[in-house]
Amino acid sequence: MPARTSWMPAPTPTRSAADGVVYGPHTAADREQMLAALGLESVEQLFDDIPPGVRAAGLDLPAPLSELSLSQELAALAARNRVEPVSFLGAGVYRHHIPAAVDTVLSRGEFYTAYTPYQPEISQGTLQSIYEFQSLIAELTGLPVVSASHYDGASATAEAALMTVRATRRERVLISRAVHRHYVETARTYFAPGSRTLEELPTTPDGTTDLAALVAALADAEHPVAGVIMGQPNAFGLLEPVAQASALAHAAGALFVAVVEPVSLAVLAPPGEYGADIAVGEGQPLGISPQYGGPYLGLLACSTALLRQIPGRLVGRTEDLDGRRAFVMTLRAREQDIRRDKAASNICTNQALCALAATTYLATLGPHGLRDVAAAGAAMGARLEAALADAGFERVHRAPYLNEFAVHVPHAPAVHAALLERGVLAGLPLARWYPDDETLADALLLCTTELTSDDDIERLCRGLAEVVA
Amino acid sequence: MTQPHLATNRPLLVPDKARRSAVGPDLQPTLAELHAPGRSSFKVPHAPADALDRLPAEHRRATPPGLPEIDEPTVVHHFVRLSHLNYSVDGGIYPLGSCTMKYNPKVNEWAARLPGFATLHPLVPDALAQGTLELMWTLQQQLGEIGGFPSVSLQPAAGAHGELTGILVIRAYHQARGDVERDEVIVPDSSHGTNPATASMAGFRTVTIASGADGMVDIEALRQALGPRTAAVMLTNPSTLGLFEHHVAELLDAVHAAGALAYMDGANMNAVLGHFKPGAAGFDVMHFNLHKTFSTPHGGGGPGAGPIAVSERLTPYLPEPLVLREADGSFRLERPRERPESIGRMRAYHGSAGILVRAYAYIRAHGGSGLRQVSDDAVLAANYLRRRVGEAYQLPYPGPCKHEFVASAAAIHDETGVRTYDIAKRLIDHGYHPPTIYFPLIVDECLLIEPTETESIETLDAFADALIEVAREAHEDPALLHEAPHDAPVRRLDETTAARKPDLHWPPLARVQSVCPE
Repeated sequence: MPARTSWMPAPTPTRSAADGVVYGPHTAADREQMLAALGLESVEQLFDDIPPGVRAAGLDLPAPLSELSLSQELAALAARNRVEPVSFLGAGVYRHHIPAAVDTVLSRGEFYTAYTPYQPEISQGTLQSIYEFQSLIAELTGLPVVSASHYDGASATAEAALMTVRATRRERVLISRAVHRHYVETARTYFAPGSRTLEELPTTPDGTTDLAALVAALADAEHPVAGVIMGQPNAFGLLEPVAQASALAHAAGALFVAVVEPVSLAVLAPPGEYGADIAVGEGQPLGISPQYGGPYLGLLACSTALLRQIPGRLVGRTEDLDGRRAFVMTLRAREQDIRRDKAASNICTNQALCALAATTYLATLGPHGLRDVAAAGAAMGARLEAALADAGFERVHRAPYLNEFAVHVPHAPAVHAALLERGVLAGLPLARWYPDDETLADALLLCTTELTSDDDIERLCRGLAEVVA
Repeated sequence: MTQPHLATNRPLLVPDKARRSAVGPDLQPTLAELHAPGRSSFKVPHAPADALDRLPAEHRRATPPGLPEIDEPTVVHHFVRLSHLNYSVDGGIYPLGSCTMKYNPKVNEWAARLPGFATLHPLVPDALAQGTLELMWTLQQQLGEIGGFPSVSLQPAAGAHGELTGILVIRAYHQARGDVERDEVIVPDSSHGTNPATASMAGFRTVTIASGADGMVDIEALRQALGPRTAAVMLTNPSTLGLFEHHVAELLDAVHAAGALAYMDGANMNAVLGHFKPGAAGFDVMHFNLHKTFSTPHGGGGPGAGPIAVSERLTPYLPEPLVLREADGSFRLERPRERPESIGRMRAYHGSAGILVRAYAYIRAHGGSGLRQVSDDAVLAANYLRRRVGEAYQLPYPGPCKHEFVASAAAIHDETGVRTYDIAKRLIDHGYHPPTIYFPLIVDECLLIEPTETESIETLDAFADALIEVAREAHEDPALLHEAPHDAPVRRLDETTAARKPDLHWPPLARVQSVCPE
């Protein structure tokens, strides 16, 4: 029996450790039968090829748990999370009502326990659902080529930035500082190797990307720009002058990348319409629970011109030998298992089940339902803004917003903590993300969705009045 | 004696003919074809009609998006019918080599859906996330123990993402030491395609070395390739041939003597839990595939998770944030720049916590003894199946294997003209998902077979019987195999046209009316 180390949970009465594999069928007799067929005495003989010098003597882990004990432990852990506060927290992850049908579909073992559809004849369910996902996202973004999914919005943004470098054979990418902080930081990590560079574009006092700075950066003929990346809405919830920015980028021979929020695309202009060459974003709002950070759904769509540069899987429509419509993974020569070191990306495992969640969500809501979700968030946003103004709290920025904005609150981080004691999660103190920006030192980023109620808004405003007073 | 009720436990793949004809020449209409204006479901209250009036016109959509309008019963019919067209682990043995398609425990699915886990926002203050943070911290320790490493980052979203993270960590280590001339990564020719693709993404040139005749890394070839420009060597152990690199200690010594670091692709950890700890053996970095070894579902291609574990000297460079335990027993995320040498973020937030819950549950259910038994059973089952498959196929490498093995249909091909591809397709008619084929690239007419520990001896026998029967059919009626599958939902597909004239989305629906139904 290994000694208990300090991090181990307290032992719980369990089945005998000799029970071994919890989810396996083999009895002692089965093992004997297999060993006998192999002419072996003991399974240890199958590990004789591991030299003594590197052989491990087992694992120092706590004893096994029965399903009953395990479920009690997990329920207790889940209960230690506090999810009851009234929440105005968004910042890239948005709470929405998820129709019950979504989990019904996701819970089908035929979907969630299958793997990558390498054998299309017995994977048409997965393949058709991915084709449908691609079609739905193509419609929302106005861009015809949609990857079957990436890890999340941040890694999709980094991949898009690399795409612009490959497609233009230039090495300099500009990203607005009002793109989600984690996306900028992730892209920075992906840009560490090699001679490619990532520069941040400043914002103006109204909260949107500084187009004059963009013009200046694009004018450097010595260091031509591969791509320009901006959020729509941006990280402050504000609507950016994307059409102008896109035109400026194109005039300089650069590609334009829009970082979008998919629910908003029910009501906002699609990126393809304002000239974006690539749209990326976080698909989590499309029927995926927040889950403390994942698994989520990286969206990546591009123009036909960039078809050969897009990383990740693509599913195409084709026919079988009888002329029956069917679907198959296609243009595989971009992928790592075919091209190895020449591949467009190393991505293999993706987020297919999260894409199925989004597909089911969009199918269940339809265009009017999705518009209702987006518009309800916007309507509650306006009510929140008005209620805050009545209580004496003004927005930080002037640019128009959809359902998220920053509000100026003196001593915002302390107020945020005090409100939490009153059961209100008052969004994100922006100082966490922009510690060096004095204009954001006292800013709270607040978001509303269709789940926000008038009562929630009243509780926030009442709490603010008490705490600030 | 095989029990009849178990022997017939084969997945049913073929949709009944009546339903196939009911949906016409296509298997199932697309969502676009199910579109019927006015049938949108009522899922959230209608928003006020003027909700968007405050937005400038330049930012707004002229018309609502052309999404299909479908009622909920039809949506559910649609996806349930699509699901019937899939093969899955829940339906039967899925012996896809290198993928570890083991059973996905249902209690894990239940746990991940608990509201306390599922509805928690990733940016809440640490005080609100103590349950998940404790789970993540404990999982860091558990994976460290399993891999033999002191430090673990749970951030990577998949194995390939873990590889990129690990190679960027190695890059940062060399850079911090001023060792900036190292621009090469060495991989064996048997490696996963992700290895060289990762090296390229991380800015390195890939150097591929040939395996020896025994399938092992050729230590002389490795020594030749190693030099002052080598940043890292990426090894998979057990290898993609299902063989344990028994001279791993010499390999690691050679790598380290050249000043390079050793990366371990952990895709095959299911073979060696409790038997081999890569960190203790001298590897500097490894990734785990939680969707392979630790039973989280594969999801039709994902999501998975690919945490990495590293040695002491690489710990400063791990991505941020790690989960820390405070002296008072509470848990918190590292603050930005708390570890100034960190490579930074690899993604938004802190990791795919929903996947981590499942992997944690799996490890807790088994404990150390159970995990070791998992590997014992996986290896025993693979060797048992290997012996049976050897009755009709070539086994290019001597046993014992670890959790998977390669077989070759090269002789069958020579004798009958039937290729591994045809054999795989014919297996579908026999009710099975085929193994991985044509990987690793170094074996002619290769089948890579991994049964996992969760299939019964009866299933292993029945699968072996099917493979043997297909080999017999290849000799008797090769045409039968050339045209297989015959009994799947669709026959072979025209992949050439799919690539030549890509059709990646349905044609735009007529834009729906802009008036919202009341």
